[in-house]
Amino acid sequence: MNKFTLPLIAFIALIALLAVGLNLNPREVPSPLVGKPAPDFSVPQLHTPDANFSPKEMLGKVWLFNVWASWCVSCREEHPIIVEYTQRPDAIPVIGLNYKDKREDGLRWLTRFGDPYVLSAFDLDGRVGINYGVYGVPETYLIDKAGVIRFKQIGPITPKVLEEKILPLVKELSK
Amino acid sequence: MIPELGHFALILAFFVSLVQGVLPLVGAQKNRADWVAVARPATAAAFLLVGVSFACLTWAFYVNDFSVEYVAGHSNTQLPLMYRLSAVWGGHEGSLLLWVFMLVGWAAAVAAFSRQLPAAMVARVLGVLGLVTVGLLAFVILTSNPFDRLLSPPAEGRSLNPLLQDPGLIYHPPLLYMGYVGMAVAYAFAMAALLAGQLDAAWARWSRPWTTVAWVFLTLGIALGSWWAYYELGWGGWWFWDPVENASFMPWLVCTALIHSLAVTEKRGSFKNWTVLLAIAAFSLSLLGTFLVRSGVLTSVHAFATDPKRGLFILILLAVVVGASLLLFAARAPKVSLGGRFELVSRETFLLVNNVLLVVACGAVLLGTLYPLIVDAFGGGKISVGPPYFNAVFIPIMMPLLVLVALGPVARWKQADLPAMLKKLWPAAVAAVAAGIVLPMLAGEWHAYVALALALVGWMVAAWVLQTVERLKAGSPTVSWWGMQLAHFGLAVFVVGVAMVGTYEEERDVRMEPGETVSVGGHTFKFLGVHESRGPNYTADVGTFELSQDGKLLRLLHPEKRDYDSSQMPMTEAAIDAGFTRDVYVSLAEPLSPDKENGPWAVRVYFKPFVDWIWGGCLLMSLGGLLAAADRRYRIRAKSSAAVSANAAGAAA
Repeated sequence: MNKFTLPLIAFIALIALLAVGLNLNPREVPSPLVGKPAPDFSVPQLHTPDANFSPKEMLGKVWLFNVWASWCVSCREEHPIIVEYTQRPDAIPVIGLNYKDKREDGLRWLTRFGDPYVLSAFDLDGRVGINYGVYGVPETYLIDKAGVIRFKQIGPITPKVLEEKILPLVKELSK
Repeated sequence: MIPELGHFALILAFFVSLVQGVLPLVGAQKNRADWVAVARPATAAAFLLVGVSFACLTWAFYVNDFSVEYVAGHSNTQLPLMYRLSAVWGGHEGSLLLWVFMLVGWAAAVAAFSRQLPAAMVARVLGVLGLVTVGLLAFVILTSNPFDRLLSPPAEGRSLNPLLQDPGLIYHPPLLYMGYVGMAVAYAFAMAALLAGQLDAAWARWSRPWTTVAWVFLTLGIALGSWWAYYELGWGGWWFWDPVENASFMPWLVCTALIHSLAVTEKRGSFKNWTVLLAIAAFSLSLLGTFLVRSGVLTSVHAFATDPKRGLFILILLAVVVGASLLLFAARAPKVSLGGRFELVSRETFLLVNNVLLVVACGAVLLGTLYPLIVDAFGGGKISVGPPYFNAVFIPIMMPLLVLVALGPVARWKQADLPAMLKKLWPAAVAAVAAGIVLPMLAGEWHAYVALALALVGWMVAAWVLQTVERLKAGSPTVSWWGMQLAHFGLAVFVVGVAMVGTYEEERDVRMEPGETVSVGGHTFKFLGVHESRGPNYTADVGTFELSQDGKLLRLLHPEKRDYDSSQMPMTEAAIDAGFTRDVYVSLAEPLSPDKENGPWAVRVYFKPFVDWIWGGCLLMSLGGLLAAADRRYRIRAKSSAAVSANAAGAAA
């Protein structure tokens, strides 16, 4: 042990810190919306532009609100998981929010990769997204019967997130 | 087939580097000439193989091979060829491949331009570089293979981020990486010297030109990045203390310290351990920078897609490389002699203070960069550390350095005569006071901050002139002396830019109808309207502004608001009228009515006095570095003595 080992000791401390940091997620910003009522809106639907959708229509149901876009590559990664989930008999309804997209691009995307959504709301200028605090697509919100956001997933839903976080919550909320 | 070839070449390069990393090092320790002789051919082979691999990836971009996932993710057929080729390093995998390519390139340059060095020394340097290459190649091959294929290739690729569709992307990353990776050479020389137990003046002389050239690249890379942010991002700033900027700035600070400390080690044989530690630190910070950027532990505007596997791998790599180096340092350093003694007032002391200040500044930046991580690690929640912290901490540390810049070069080695120095420099002190009082008043209002900065500039420049006159009287100075002078002058130019733009810039956000005018900094902009125009892969709203000064029309400016076909993000292209003493700058923010052509727009106008001096100063510093590295004495001695490197000319080329 001499003074020349000091740099080594300092470095080991730094590495330990970085190792801890690696397990933290800088993107996991606690959402102020969790526990609050889902912001209301009324925008045209993707498939039928003259019909509107508003989250009020879903009161009394537990549902998932999934923000997606045809230009979003991670959505493509997430999409099969949602498609698979909605085919399950006990699946809750999933509403899409087609975010800052062109209508024909969005429709083509759904034709190509499958449409798991009960319907998709069409958020051309991203205003709904702003109210929901969307800062990266995909994002998914779990909304309960009273219209309160209970969970928010930033980034793609992985099978792990679905099984370990969303489904247990769905079970509890559906009681 | 071509991508598989590239992948295969990369795997071969891994094994060749393994040979390059093991045999020469063992051979040099055991005095086996045949093993030592492996170093050069192995280095050349690794360079060739990684080069082939890089060429294969470039080819995949050239022919739009979207079956390669990386190509599909970063390029499309609409992209102009120039950007398709530079998209090779537009994402994580490709930029890492570029990193490795530069590393083997530096190694090949060492192999080629070090004919005069003892074989064992070269073998150790190349061996250390080989080991580093092994680590990085393993990283690329295992976690970030750019040649991965897609099972069902898309017909069209995703576009390159429009932010990156700029000539800046073509030069900025390669220059920056050349600098980053060049730290590996200084590091390898230090490790080789530690392994050999030969920390002496010869080692310092050998590594000096390499370190300086790497520093030149780093300086240019950082300056270009800053310039790019200034005109492409349209934020009007030139430095944001973003974690990624900091990641490149920290090695720069340490490398600057290293250049000065190497001078002492070469001339006086002092600071040996310190120099070695700086060389290790400079490279460690390069690796740390790579870790911070690539692992996603910190978010920044430069954020790339992140993957925890990658972060863990770089962390392990960092731990092994730096841990092993520091262990070796701890084992060898106690036996190193202290070198020449020096008095309190001497050039050694001034350079020591310079080093302490630079390292403390680097520590402050490191702390600010990692602080959000530290707080989060201890469960303190999410915070971010921004420019207020960095400016408050960094600037006061740098100020004494500007005073010292004038003192160091006039002080004698070993023992300087303080009264004589003061006698020599008193006109500079007068100039400083005068500059501090008069210049800010000429520029506009008098502020304490800008007065202090300009006083320091007055001091630096006046002392610079005094030094130059005295040195010329004593006979014709060496090229490297001119290099030093040029770099120090560049620093003064840089400070002028920073101080002036920081104090006197003006910025206005206004709503403008066609025909209206707005004024900043004595310049008037008249808004003439907007028309739509079609680019190769975007549509743009092009504004027209008349720029005039004192009623005289200067020119028309055309800022653009672009919508790229393949991206949802509209891009702002500011129109800048650059000048020697000022830039004026206009950008279109938002249309305020559906009628884009004739309706009102939100417009942002800037007046930036002396802003180009910031990059001009950096350019002068880099030129100074090049001159210093190109000094004939590195080459002349090389011809007459077998012990000295002949690398300066090649390294500078």
